[in-house]
Parts: sequence; structure tokens; C-alpha cells
Amino acid sequence: MYVRPALLLAAVVALSGCGTATESTTATAPQGPTAAAVPAAQGLTITDPWVKTVKKGMTAAFGTLVNHTGADLTVTAGASPLSPTIELHEVVDSGGKMVMRPKEGGFVVPAGGKHELRPGGDHIMLMGVTEEVKPGARIPFTLTVKGGAPLEFTAIGKDFAGGKEDYQPGMEH
Amino acid sequence: MSGISRRGLFVAGAATAAAAVGGSAQASAGSGVEAFHGTHQAGVATAPQAHAVFVAFDLLPGTDKEALARLLPLLTDDARRLTQGQPALADTEPELAAGPARLTVTFGFGPGLFKAAKAESPLRPLPAFETDKLDKRWNGGDLLVQICADDNLTVAHALRMIVKDARSFARVRWTQRGFRSSAGAPGVTQRNLMGQLDGTVNPTDLDKAVWITDGPEWLRGGTTLVFRRIRMNLETWDAADRVAREFTIGRRLDTGAPLTGRAEHDEPDFDRLNGFGFPVISEYAHIRRARTADPGLRILRRPYNYDEGISADGTSDSGLLFASYQADVERQFVPVQQRLAEGDLLNEWVTTIGSAVFAVPPGCTADGWIGDRLLS
Repeated sequence: MYVRPALLLAAVVALSGCGTATESTTATAPQGPTAAAVPAAQGLTITDPWVKTVKKGMTAAFGTLVNHTGADLTVTAGASPLSPTIELHEVVDSGGKMVMRPKEGGFVVPAGGKHELRPGGDHIMLMGVTEEVKPGARIPFTLTVKGGAPLEFTAIGKDFAGGKEDYQPGMEH
Repeated sequence: MSGISRRGLFVAGAATAAAAVGGSAQASAGSGVEAFHGTHQAGVATAPQAHAVFVAFDLLPGTDKEALARLLPLLTDDARRLTQGQPALADTEPELAAGPARLTVTFGFGPGLFKAAKAESPLRPLPAFETDKLDKRWNGGDLLVQICADDNLTVAHALRMIVKDARSFARVRWTQRGFRSSAGAPGVTQRNLMGQLDGTVNPTDLDKAVWITDGPEWLRGGTTLVFRRIRMNLETWDAADRVAREFTIGRRLDTGAPLTGRAEHDEPDFDRLNGFGFPVISEYAHIRRARTADPGLRILRRPYNYDEGISADGTSDSGLLFASYQADVERQFVPVQQRLAEGDLLNEWVTTIGSAVFAVPPGCTADGWIGDRLLS
């Protein structure tokens, strides 16, 4: 476990309101109350996936995972051409300090339920990003689902005020 | 950030997050929803909402066609969600989206956008009108976003979202805010701050007068917007009595009826003479100068009032945000404005101080974005 700089966390958590976003699909796909970003046959989908814009270094991706099956599903890993190092992170209170760390066992999406990835909460952490993520960029992701087909989706680059602290020297992982 | 308790900031943030997740968002006044998708953009034929802000952007030097094809989907997505009463993607104030209040978000492309996209502009600059006293502060713009709703809080939130998402691509050139009376009273002509009914004669067949049906394919179903900031000198208008005011316009102030008629929508009789042999409606009355005989060539006026505050000596900064939509600027708007500039009695009290022209692309489908037929 490692301690995440509190300043970054403060910024990230303060932006959490966005996590209650709508249940449409990707930023350019049709809307609907239960629309899915991938075909309905897929047991796991993600709505409103987005990734914080960044010049280089670290950033994070968010969205709401939706489990359409009758059994819990677990996301165990993530991948994207954007980053060689992607971790599934959680934010926890450790002795009064909020720290960010890889989530043991991955993200569990309950049967017929949802799991929200949002600033200040669980998120997909990208490190060592070398190519700028521009606003409106369409970034492909693949999540590994335990015992199931991988979930592929496209996240939209979105400017986000809390991101700047990420890239200050000395604030790397 | 120095001086702010990091822990304190975190706690505040966490509280905000908790409220966002657990709180039941209370809808602000006005749950009306205007459709976003369609052949035409909303906000043109839409019954005018009570509040509006027009924001014009200048594109940053690096904003080329590729960048525009990222910007417009982002802004379209904001509009698509917010108009339906849903938070924008990564909306930091999602509760403010709960009351859409008939929100419409309408996009217009200025000459600079076509240059940036290396595309042929369908716009030509307006001719110089003799009566204009244009202040560059209110002129031009590469990209226009018109935001209208019956609730000003809704307007403010949408503007904030749009500006945040445009910031990497463009700078704000100007914003102009306006208001109207009679929210939710369709068919009722609004009054401007001179007390006149403003916008009585509008086209009825928008397919002829407003929507573009020929020319470049990407613009069909769209229109053009001439946006002018018209300052009213209410101090000198105060000195004009009612007879002079009605003579100036050619209409009665109370009913809006032409001086030759009894009701607002009565056809004016421009040939009728008074006892002295002069026309009842003056040769220089506003309604005679503004008249377009062919209804298919009428402009669609969708004006908003502005009232920016009062100086220390009580002088107002008031006027009209004149928004005119037409299929063809040169055929429809320019002749009217030329006649007004040449001899409208109203010019004594009104001066155009800002002017801009935009092409308003057609609407988009659920999986498209505004401008996609030009920029993708």
C-alpha cells in the first residue's frame, strides 16, 4: 500500500458529483434509460465512460459498470493503448488519511446491479501516459472480466479541473 | 492551494459527493423539455423561452477541422443531456440539470470556423449600414452558442458546462444575456423596453422563410442567424409623448394594432390617408420601412431584451438582442435593414452597436452531432 498525496485526493474527491451522471452510453451514442455501450448480449456494460484529459503522466477513467446477469461479475484488469500500466484503484480511509491503492480482487459488480467508477472512488488508473489525451478524444479500453468475455469500450476525453495536481513533480506514484 | 487545509478540502469534497449520490435532487421550476434531435436545431422555431444567453467564441489558433470534430461532439453531448434534464458528462453540479425549463442549446458557425476547417463559408459579411455604430466588443465570433430556458439558473448551468468544454479550443469573445416577458405564453408577442410589442409579424411558413433547402448539403435543414445588439436611448425616448411614439412605429402602444386597424394582427393599410392628405402610417414609420410584402421572405425575429444596469446618474444601458433567422441573409435580412437604415423614425432612439452573422447547421440524429455533415 502507498499513500496518495492528499492534495490530489482532495481535488479528485471534490469532483465526485459527476459520478451520478446519467445512464446514457458513450458520449456520442444514443441515450436511453438503460442503454448499454455494447450489445445487450454482453453480461457487463459500461455507461458514460470518460477519461480525464492529460498531456502525459497519470490520469484516470470513469464510468458506471452495469451487470446484466444474475451472478456477480468481477473486473480483474484493464488495458488501453494509452498506457502501459493500468491499475484498478480504490480510495480508502487509512487512519484518517484518504489513500489510493490497487483494489484487492478488482471491481465486483453485483448481480443485476451497478458499480460506479468516479473521481474520489473506484477508478481505472492510467500511468505512464506518453500521448496527450485531448478533450473529445476517443480512447479504447478493455476490461478483463473474470470468467467472462472482456468488456471493450471507448471513453471520451473530458477536461476536468481537478487534474492539474497530478502532474506536479514529486507527485508520482 | 497553499493556505487551504488539505484535509478540510477533502472533507468538503466528500460531503459534496455524498450529497450528490444520496440527495434527492429537487427540480427547479420548469420541468418542460424541448426535443434535442431532429431535422432542425431547437431554439429557432421553439416558442421563445424567458431567458437567453448568447455566447460567441473565437477559436484558438490550433483549433482546426480535427479539433472541431472533437469540440462539436462534446458540446452536442452537453446539449443533448442538459436539454433533457440530465447532467452533462462529468458534470460537477448535476443537481442543476434537474429542471431543464425548456432548455435549448443552439449552435451557429461564424466565418472564422469555416476558415479554421478549410471549408467554404456560406456567409458573407453584412454591408455597412449607415446608422450602425458597431463596437468590436459585440461583433463577430467563430462559434455561437445560444442557450435559452425559462429558468435563468438552468441557463447559467448550461453556459458554464459549454464554456468549460470549449475552453481548450476557443476563447470567449462576448456573452450577451437577454430576457423576455410571458414565459410559457406561446403566441403572445413580447414587449421590448420601449414598451412596444416587438415581433408581431413573423413568417408562418418556416420551410420557405427560415429553413435552408438548397446549397451545400451539410447546411440543408439549417438556417442563418443575424444577431445584432441594438441600444435604446430610453432617456430621450422618455421625452417622446405617446402620439409621437405611435407615429414612429405606426402601431398603437397598448394593443400593438396598426394605426389603421384595431387588433395587433390586423393588416396595416399603408394607403390610407388622414384628413390632411398624409398617410396615417408615415412613410418613415418603422412598420412601413420594415415591411416585407412576400411572406416567404419574412425574417423570423426572436428578440430578447437586455438591461445591463444603471449608471450613477440613472441612465440605463438597455436595448434589444435582435436575433433574426432566415434562409438567405442577402435576400431577406439585408433589404429590410437597408430600408430601416435609410429612413426609419425609430433610428432617433435606437442604434445597432454589435453585429454578427452565423450559419446555423441542421439538427442531428441521436448518434450524430451538430455540424457532423460539415466536419466529420
